[in-house]
Amino acid sequence: MASIVAVIASTHHPFYYRASTATGEDRPPFADEWTRKILAFRDTLTRARPDVLVMVGSDHFHQLWLDNMPQFLVGKAPHYDANWYNEEREFGLPRMLLKGQEDLSGHILRAGLDAGFDLAFSNELRIDHSITCPIITLRPEADLPIVPIYTNIFAPPLPQPKRFVQLGQSIRDIVESWPSHLRVAVIGTGHLSLELGGPRQFGPHGPDPEFDRRAVEWIANGDLDECLREVTLDSLHSPGNATHGFMDFMLMMGVAGAGVKADYVDTLDLFHTMEAYFTWYPNGAPTA
Amino acid sequence: MSKYLLNKFLFMVDRDPELVERYRSEPRELVAWWEAECANTVLNCHTGEASTWLRFDDVEREALATHDHVKLFELGAHPFLTLTLFIALFERDNTEPLEYQKSYGARLAHFSMPYPDIAT
Repeated sequence: MASIVAVIASTHHPFYYRASTATGEDRPPFADEWTRKILAFRDTLTRARPDVLVMVGSDHFHQLWLDNMPQFLVGKAPHYDANWYNEEREFGLPRMLLKGQEDLSGHILRAGLDAGFDLAFSNELRIDHSITCPIITLRPEADLPIVPIYTNIFAPPLPQPKRFVQLGQSIRDIVESWPSHLRVAVIGTGHLSLELGGPRQFGPHGPDPEFDRRAVEWIANGDLDECLREVTLDSLHSPGNATHGFMDFMLMMGVAGAGVKADYVDTLDLFHTMEAYFTWYPNGAPTA
Repeated sequence: MSKYLLNKFLFMVDRDPELVERYRSEPRELVAWWEAECANTVLNCHTGEASTWLRFDDVEREALATHDHVKLFELGAHPFLTLTLFIALFERDNTEPLEYQKSYGARLAHFSMPYPDIAT
């Protein structure tokens, strides 16, 4: 059976690519520290020597739209074009082409449906920065085949937080039951407190540093009990109007397992958001 | 009132560089043209098929025609869609980084929790 060699959860910040590649006067003052942290974070994936990446993210109204909105969707295609015109325009993100791992996509769809998740699927999916940001930060060669999984954290009505956790737990079981010798990393990105398009956006820190502090603790300790007690669809409005992206972190806590402490934790307090980086090694930390 | 149609306008204009420019330079004309020609388009569907019932009310039409992002927020337009398109329209006029984004937030300062409902 396949093995999960790393579980990784992080924020996705579309400004990283431009900040880290800028030079001279264009380079923002926080770019060097940010790049150092990303290189250390990247090493946690590299050391796990993955063959395949399962990538959990959320489409930002690019391909998925209100006329036909899935709650959870699995891509099943041989290739995925990536990034969109408005992401080039606003963030300077490059166009990319990623390979798909269709066999694992098919396995996740079949086993997910049989486990009680009525997963939508797409055979032609252009993915966006929720998945390409972690490719850029963690595997910039973009050389590994992926299975993209999209969640709806964006267009209410949304699934309940516990459903994200349950899906994460199922993804863990399903990937580990994939009849393959390949090494799989499961990577998901979301947000801590975040406000976009509201009065608290683009402040000197994230809109709710206290929420961020507690959220980092929940994730680092795998404290799903406390997290599920505190977090509801309603409660997520108050740390910031885009904070429902935290539910993708909860999904990844489900993948990592209740009570399992992260092997690697790092944060970076940026203007308008707290960045956070977590890695778990289900089979123990790689030695080499 | 149709939050959906407001969102559909923001979504369709944002993804088309030509429409972004037309909305910046001639917002009232662009909104009228879009409502007549595009509002009833069924996206991701065969051309030749269309809906028949979608139209703005006067408040919505005026908010779009005057680039009034504060009113759009009040009406429950999706804040991510509004922000993304308005950055495309006006960030180019910045004299320092994030100038437009910060003033956009400041203009919304009179809103407190809970914000207008964005569910469609």
